[in-house]
Amino acid sequence: MNKTIITVVGKDQVGIIAKVCTYLAENDVNILDISQTIVSGYFNMMMIVDTNNAKKEFGEISGELEVLGKEIGVIIKAQREDIFDMMHRI
Amino acid sequence: MINFTEVMETNTMIEKENLDVRTITLGISLLDCIESDLKALCQKIYDKITHTARELVSTGQAIEKEFGIPVVNKRISVTPIALIGSAACKSAGDFVEIAKTLDAAAKAVNVNFIGGYSALVCKGMTAADKLLIESVPQALATTDRVCSSFNVGSTKTGINMDAVRILGKIVKKTAEYTKENDSLGCAKLVIFCNAPDDNPFMAGAFHGVTEADAVINVGVSGPGVVKKALESVRGADFETLCETIKKTAFKITRVGQLVAKEASKRLGIPFGIVDLSLAPTPAVGDSVAEILQEIGLEYPGAPGTTAALALLNDQVKKGGVMASSYVGGLSGAFIPVSEDQGMIDAVQANCLTIEKLEAMTCVCSVGLDMIAIPGDISDSSIAGLIADEMAIGMINQKTTAVRIIPVIGKRVGDIVEFGGLLGYAPVMPVNAFSCEAFISRGGRIPAPIHSFKN
Repeated sequence: MNKTIITVVGKDQVGIIAKVCTYLAENDVNILDISQTIVSGYFNMMMIVDTNNAKKEFGEISGELEVLGKEIGVIIKAQREDIFDMMHRI
Repeated sequence: MINFTEVMETNTMIEKENLDVRTITLGISLLDCIESDLKALCQKIYDKITHTARELVSTGQAIEKEFGIPVVNKRISVTPIALIGSAACKSAGDFVEIAKTLDAAAKAVNVNFIGGYSALVCKGMTAADKLLIESVPQALATTDRVCSSFNVGSTKTGINMDAVRILGKIVKKTAEYTKENDSLGCAKLVIFCNAPDDNPFMAGAFHGVTEADAVINVGVSGPGVVKKALESVRGADFETLCETIKKTAFKITRVGQLVAKEASKRLGIPFGIVDLSLAPTPAVGDSVAEILQEIGLEYPGAPGTTAALALLNDQVKKGGVMASSYVGGLSGAFIPVSEDQGMIDAVQANCLTIEKLEAMTCVCSVGLDMIAIPGDISDSSIAGLIADEMAIGMINQKTTAVRIIPVIGKRVGDIVEFGGLLGYAPVMPVNAFSCEAFISRGGRIPAPIHSFKN
């Protein structure tokens, strides 16, 4: 299974998780894991998701998430998990 | 499972420390294009390149998007053109036609450089080799994206001093042909000793004759990441310093390996090598010189510089070798002047000289690179600089190269703007005493004694 890591970083406010999760649900992206913290007022979230059943192409999803991030005022990135696995696991 | 800290570490490297994949270079063999009719040859070359590389740029962009890692350049290297054009080209002008074809093909597939306008003349020159060398000033002045390189020496063959002498003239002539653009043509001309067949970095990339029909080579970068990692071990001993460089180099190279494998899979072209070089750019925080400063030098050029660079180069290799299944190309630290803000600062502070740079090339992965020198230098002095660098490579069984720019109309201390990734450079002084009698002897310098291993 190709996993994708979504990171959301920015100033904390109401509804960030709700908006991101709604987008993912609407696009058939399954959330496998979420971890989230607030560091000095800054919202940091990492999600591990499965995009295999999504109808849209990966590039389209990551582009739309980027736009959504701009609307909320946070930075959202979607990246294939492989880049982190390669760098941090032997 | 991957944790938050690891994800943030990778993304900080990319966003704040300029970690990127510097180039995906597609090597293409043109051996099957050889024709005795020039027009037919050019057509075959154009067709082969534009067909093989048709998806190179879009694939690079897709990888960039999916993994969130910038892939800065997509490039092509081809079989040395002196071989490909030998049956068809009867004059230097004929070779220029091939250069124009390469340029047009590069533009058609939207790559920013195409390397391989080259000849391998480390022992002798064929008639075609001579014609191609003669055509270089015209070829580089009339094309935008073509890069030229020559292998004029090796540990196995010695140094072809006839080629060195001629190339001294050609470097100067190329400078004159492109004098309106601060002699920019010379930035696309590299002279090698022990040139690797699989180097993905320009301007010296060519697709060696021992390579497959097409191959993907990837060059990683990331001096900013190494610099940042070293900030956390200030004042620590050499063991800690070396371990930190090694671990960082490992992580950087893993990204290169991933991108290389992925590009190879998507394009259906075999994976060749990862070149684990620290390649600087003029951007702030993307500098090899800053690493040397972080190691403990006020500026590169200060006493201790050669030792600091030696350990850096070695640790980068040690960390990188385990991270990739095939390592090749140049692999080490690049020390260009104009492409590295820290090096430029060191020259302007009168700390770094050409002589010190020459010493540094004994322990780094390339050579005298992107150095602007006065345009009134003699042909034989340029040949002398090349010969010195080739000798270092030959004796030390390593790759060395020369890419110097005699800037027509500029004097020591003037600033030359090359633009983009090529940066800018202060014109550096060169020793003014003559080596004319040495260069004009002609012939070859024999291979060194330690090359006889059979």
